[in-house]
Amino acid sequence: MENNRLILTQKLTKIYSMGQHQLYALKEVDLSFGPGEFAGLVGPSGSGKTTFLNIVGSLDIPSKGKVEVLGRQIETLSHKQAAELRKRHIGFIFQTFNLLPVYTVFENVEFPLILLGVPASERRQRVMEALEWVKLADRANSRPSQLSGGECQRVAIARAIVKKPALILADEPTANLDAQNSHNILQIMVRLNQELGTTFIFATHDEKVIGYLKRKITLVDGKVTKDEIFSSPPVMEGHHESP
Amino acid sequence: MIRFLLKGILRDRSRSLLPFLTICFGVMLTVVLYSWMKGAEANIAESSARFDYGHLKIMTRAYAEEAELIPNELALVGVSELMAKLAKDFPQIEWTPRIKFGGLLDLPDEKGETLVQAPISGLAVNLLNPPTPEKDILNLENALARGRLPQEAGEALLSEELAQRLGIKPGSVATIISQTMTGSLALANLRFVGTIRFGIQVLDAQAILIDLADAQRILDMEDASGEILGFFKDGIFRQKVAEAIVNQFNASFSQSSDRFSPIMKSLLDQGGLADLLAMVQSVYSIIIFVFVLAMSVVLWNAGLMGNIRRFGEIGVRLAMGEDKGHLYRSLISESLIIGCLGSIVGTLGGLGIAYYLQVKGVNVASIMESSSIFISEVMRARITWFSAVVGFIPGLGATLIGSTLSALGVYRRQTSGLMKELEAY
Repeated sequence: MENNRLILTQKLTKIYSMGQHQLYALKEVDLSFGPGEFAGLVGPSGSGKTTFLNIVGSLDIPSKGKVEVLGRQIETLSHKQAAELRKRHIGFIFQTFNLLPVYTVFENVEFPLILLGVPASERRQRVMEALEWVKLADRANSRPSQLSGGECQRVAIARAIVKKPALILADEPTANLDAQNSHNILQIMVRLNQELGTTFIFATHDEKVIGYLKRKITLVDGKVTKDEIFSSPPVMEGHHESP
Repeated sequence: MIRFLLKGILRDRSRSLLPFLTICFGVMLTVVLYSWMKGAEANIAESSARFDYGHLKIMTRAYAEEAELIPNELALVGVSELMAKLAKDFPQIEWTPRIKFGGLLDLPDEKGETLVQAPISGLAVNLLNPPTPEKDILNLENALARGRLPQEAGEALLSEELAQRLGIKPGSVATIISQTMTGSLALANLRFVGTIRFGIQVLDAQAILIDLADAQRILDMEDASGEILGFFKDGIFRQKVAEAIVNQFNASFSQSSDRFSPIMKSLLDQGGLADLLAMVQSVYSIIIFVFVLAMSVVLWNAGLMGNIRRFGEIGVRLAMGEDKGHLYRSLISESLIIGCLGSIVGTLGGLGIAYYLQVKGVNVASIMESSSIFISEVMRARITWFSAVVGFIPGLGATLIGSTLSALGVYRRQTSGLMKELEAY
């Protein structure tokens, strides 16, 4: 792996068989992402955004082409190796939060560290640190059912960052949030990106998210049609709300 | 991780309560049934030992061949000498001679004419010649329904049921008509000083109990007895020790071709008792197997429902990088924790019920009316150390089978669909 390259896809193609027909979800996608990027895949439904995240997140394998994530060739990984890659280096943020309802906020955020075998005392410190990041330290003992949608998504962000992954993949993270909460969440992610250097890749068609992106990759019918880099995302200048 | 899982189980009652209650109930039933079967087994063995087979029994070979006919003409002779030898060779055993006999009981009216007659099953044991273990073995003090125990020769006891049927009161004199050892008619008047109820249908229907010396006199069996019974002094039957004694005793007579030479049998060698007890054990093995099977199906189903309900959680855990094997093992661990807790609570509940049944018992006289085996009318459970363990076999076994099958769904989950699945969830 080159020092400045986190992800590299070469002629990445994903084909789904639909009976006798073949559906191309991704067609020969060549993309590269470096550390600290704040990028988004945009495009209409069915354009291949989630498929791309799936493959980069080692949840799926390409039909053709090569995908290298943190120096590992995704197409050659076993299930166990893929799980290990996700566990150590990749955080996920989902549209529907997917918090574990019977556990507290603290325990939800703690879970990835338990999987990593982090000792209890260190876990506590890192969980509280992550909750401080998302301004939810005072809700550590609450259950997800006692939180608002915005707070739930902030817990999901804390859960994704607590293990300090190199890469966070967020699939429509603001789809279930109102405008104010969406901006709050995005500002937290921007801050994490800037201060921790974590790479964020979004799959979205939400204009609010697009407004924060430093890099916007447009997918149409599985092909990259546009790859734009912004030196200063316009929305950042107008929003200063804190969560 | 275990602590984390425990928290989840304790907080999510819907995921733990149904399996927990299922296991509790199944384990409780298993413990009660096992203890009940053990009680039945002990009841049959102990009643048979006390009243008929002893822990060990010596007869002549000829008598043993026709023992069910009570052939007193083939009885042991020279009993005093044999008793002395037995006491010397096997001091750990309490030896006691007995005579069984059949006959008629004739109750006269005030003119001495026959008022009523009834068939009897007579049992003669050493009642008057101390030291005698028979009062304890037969538990006569407790069995006494009316009157008192015999204190001198010519006194006898008869079953309360027979006494009621014939209208005999304690103190009445009646005649027994039987057959002597040499085949002559035996007649004797006995004073029935008390009535007894053993709680064993086959005895209570027509038993009379007389002193051994009286029987020897009436039946012309001087220094003879049909059987010599042996009992372990602590009252606990030990098959292996009994077998060793039987082998040692029989070896000393193995060369003899005399039909009247003695032969010893252990409790389980008599009356097909070993087969009967094996059958009882088979029955509760089958019951436990059926429980394990039924509970496994219920727990499998509960596990499947739980996994459907936890679809999102399992998906998130897979997405976060939890290995399928680890997730599978953690689901089984959760089930085993529930299985363990359910087994403990179920066992405690089962032991409680079993203890009640052990102390109080259940009177099954109505279904024992035509019984010909020695079994107490009051059936009791018996708690053994295994009663506290047996419930864990279905409790943990069914849990393991159920969760192993239901959790297999984890392996069928495709990670490639997780993003879409979790969006929809």
